[in-house]
Amino acid sequence: MSRLLAALDPRELRKAARASVGRGEAIYDGPGWGSPAASALDRTWREKPGVRGWLETVDHKRTGKRFVFTSFVFFCAAGILAAIMRSQLAFPDSHLVGPDLYDQMFTMHGTTMMFIFAVPVMQGMAVYLIPLMVGTRNTAFPRMTACAFWLYLLGSLSLWVGFALNTGADAGWFAYVPLAGPEYGIGKRSDLWNNLINLTEAMGLMVAVDLATVILKMRAPGMSLRRMPVFAWSILVTSVMIIFAMPSVMLAANLAQFDRTFATHFFNPAEGGDVLIWQHLFWFFGHPEVYFIFIPALGFISTIIPTFARRPLFGHTAVVLSMIATGFLAFGLWVHHMFATNLPELGKGFFTAMSMMIAIPTAVQIFCWIATLWSGRINLRAPILFVLGFFFILVLGGMTGIMIGAVPFDLQVHDSYFIVAHLHYVLLGGAVFPLFAAFYYWFPKFTGRLLDERLGRWQFWTFFVGFNVTFFPMHLLGLAGMPRRIYTYAADTGWGTLNLVATIGAAIIAVSVLLFVVNVIRTRAGGEAAGDDPWGAATLEWATHSPPPAFNFVALPVVASREPLWAREADEPTHVSGLSAQVREGLVTTVLDALPDVRYAYPSPSIWPAVAAVTVVVWLFWSNVTPSGMWYGLIPPAIAFILWYWPTRRETAEQLLLQRRP
Amino acid sequence: MTGGLHDVEAPAGAQAQAIAQLWHVLLPVCTIVFVAVLVAVFVALRRAPRATRETAPDVSSLSQPEPALARAVWAGVIVCAVLLLGLLAASVFTDRALARLPLEDALHIRLTGYQWWWEAQYDDPAPSRIFTTANELHVPVGRPVIVTLVGADVIHSFWVPSLHGKKDLIPGRPQTISFRADRPGVYRGTCAEYCGYQHAHMVLYVIADTPNDFAYWAARQRAPAAKPASALAQQGAELFLQKSCAMCHAIDGTGAQGRNAPNLTHVASRMTIGAGTLANSVTNRAAWILDPQQFKPGANMPSQNMAPDELAAINAYLGTLQ
Repeated sequence: MSRLLAALDPRELRKAARASVGRGEAIYDGPGWGSPAASALDRTWREKPGVRGWLETVDHKRTGKRFVFTSFVFFCAAGILAAIMRSQLAFPDSHLVGPDLYDQMFTMHGTTMMFIFAVPVMQGMAVYLIPLMVGTRNTAFPRMTACAFWLYLLGSLSLWVGFALNTGADAGWFAYVPLAGPEYGIGKRSDLWNNLINLTEAMGLMVAVDLATVILKMRAPGMSLRRMPVFAWSILVTSVMIIFAMPSVMLAANLAQFDRTFATHFFNPAEGGDVLIWQHLFWFFGHPEVYFIFIPALGFISTIIPTFARRPLFGHTAVVLSMIATGFLAFGLWVHHMFATNLPELGKGFFTAMSMMIAIPTAVQIFCWIATLWSGRINLRAPILFVLGFFFILVLGGMTGIMIGAVPFDLQVHDSYFIVAHLHYVLLGGAVFPLFAAFYYWFPKFTGRLLDERLGRWQFWTFFVGFNVTFFPMHLLGLAGMPRRIYTYAADTGWGTLNLVATIGAAIIAVSVLLFVVNVIRTRAGGEAAGDDPWGAATLEWATHSPPPAFNFVALPVVASREPLWAREADEPTHVSGLSAQVREGLVTTVLDALPDVRYAYPSPSIWPAVAAVTVVVWLFWSNVTPSGMWYGLIPPAIAFILWYWPTRRETAEQLLLQRRP
Repeated sequence: MTGGLHDVEAPAGAQAQAIAQLWHVLLPVCTIVFVAVLVAVFVALRRAPRATRETAPDVSSLSQPEPALARAVWAGVIVCAVLLLGLLAASVFTDRALARLPLEDALHIRLTGYQWWWEAQYDDPAPSRIFTTANELHVPVGRPVIVTLVGADVIHSFWVPSLHGKKDLIPGRPQTISFRADRPGVYRGTCAEYCGYQHAHMVLYVIADTPNDFAYWAARQRAPAAKPASALAQQGAELFLQKSCAMCHAIDGTGAQGRNAPNLTHVASRMTIGAGTLANSVTNRAAWILDPQQFKPGANMPSQNMAPDELAAINAYLGTLQ
């Protein structure tokens, strides 16, 4: 306690300042990798080795890689569930998996893919790339993002541990009440699901706030909004959408949990509640969610195509405005998941119009990409192959999306296998293909090594063929009347052949993902060295080492063009210097023009984000077991968060020092 | 288990017909756009020269406009917008067509969804003519049907692809769906909203009869249960009341008045048992009564501990309930 209070004592602070930074000459950052500034930066930004440093890290690159790695592991786990479900459905009247397990499996598959894979992997890529791409040294609130990772990891693990103990959520990834409510959702299965929603959505919000702040306030000097990379725009749009959409599903999950824990009646029609409120709250989040998976992927594509077409993106402004328009329109579509409910027919017509209208900004982007390829010179490598696969699959999925936007047709195929086909075409085509493109593209930046090109081509073709063999027949199954989420079907329905074909395709997809894993492992063991810029790209992340040092840049770059590494005038400054190399200092710039504004001290590594995450998870589970846990369980997080923000002598001393120096 | 038509592209009613027509507009338009986009990508790939990472990037577009490309993109976007407007109009007109089904002289049915079976109550102005059946609807060809959809426990969804699109059965929010079968036949419907373990075995057959056949069927359904004709059936009727059967099932005209499970007054006239789980045969009925969990795990009917002669008697009795 005395140590804690000492942090507030001015005399102690002066002593600490002298001890931590010393009286010697101040060292400022500046260009030149071998300079004393670079080694001072390295000392300042390097993190402790060992478990402690691993738990305490606030390096956005480590956190980002953790997000990507963890979500990819869960992607594989959910994919294995999909393979088992496909095996069950390969033949009619199959007894491989019973209804109880099957229900848990499709719920786990959907929940994992949407909440544990798709959103975190996109945010993880952004956490890694955005600070590099906008030319700064860390994200704005790296401790918060670190905490978000621990919340996400613990929440996801708890859902899967529950599944391993036969307490897997089983009410579908949409968890409609009353099926997920207290009367029909037995045991703790839906409680675990509600916890996961709370934790992953908290994660999403925390990371979104962090990323939006970096993009708006920490861009390299000169990177005005009109010079900002399209990927940064896509993450900005996504982050703002997350901030508006995620509270909706958190509210819904908590109302549902109140029904379960405290016997409230928000969703109980017998007591004046309404089951449709759940659907509105869920889909008001759920539809935008599709777009916060899709829009970062659009950002990947708008970044990758110019690099491999050897020219700037055609229609940069149109592409950016289209993404913003998509972000707005995405909030006007949620009712198209509810066309079969008893909402007013005229109202449904408006949602048909909105559903069709959102195709226009996507069309603008697709045409701009085609124009870029058309007028470029193409370097045909693995990343661009996945982008070409995207064109085929996403456009097909978009076409079926337009079809099901029409209310009458949707009434036929809603909740049928046609929708299963559609959603996999848009989500795998719109997010996973671009994501693989992004993996191949940025893997050299992450690791310093290039993924093997030949294995990459094999992976692409197996994935592309396997995907279409799996999901195209599902359109026909839906038209033939096969509903979703059935664990078996009778032979006389005639659905057997197409289901068998789909299962064969799933096996090909599994081979493809395996090829990717092999490629990554082989490359890590000794792949071709990449160098700083293996693709000859235009954006700032390629202006530093691969992998980048902990401090990212020896001197913050100055940007005078939309393509900073391609179009550089000789008489323009290339960097700014003068930030302290002895403390973690960054530059805050203005929102519109990115003029240098104030200096900012980044937070140092801390164990408290991880501890706080553990206490929050304990609180949620405690409240599931006994209602009083809802109140008493709040005490440990309160302590953890207070200690997190308790000023340390070293930090305060550094701040004082920074105030005195220019 | 006994077939039945279930295909969006093989409509047998006015509503499904209108939707199939919309599909025949959507499919070609979307296919043409899809092919056009792919052709554009393919041509772009063919015509653009190849490059390597060393190829100097062409940054001239940063300072010079590219009017030809801009015109092409604009043209593409405008064509897409016009096509989308056309599809929107097609959708709206189909919606209106669906809403304008003539409903004079409609048959009213109240359909309640339970985990995991359907209860249908045929309404009539005269209360004595109301009757209840389960998992099977008979409707007269050419006459509109208005179905009131009621969710009893969780949300279910009524979907008979050959007759109409789907509508949900939402607890606390009853709604109606109207359709008309235009051809006699057996149309397979199913629950389309995930409703728990046996969502897969919640089938509803809609049998479109000629008006005469329908009138005959309805008259039979209105009648109370047939009196057991044989001694074995008589014993079965008594066992039905003594055993736990009557706790959940009703047989009109007898003391069995349970309301938690399908009404069995005319169970022998139905095509399937267990909401489409098994064909309604003597052996299937016996196997089902002994161990429904084997065929429909999680269903609310427990396995029965019954001596073979008791089972035979009850099965014989059920077989007489035509």
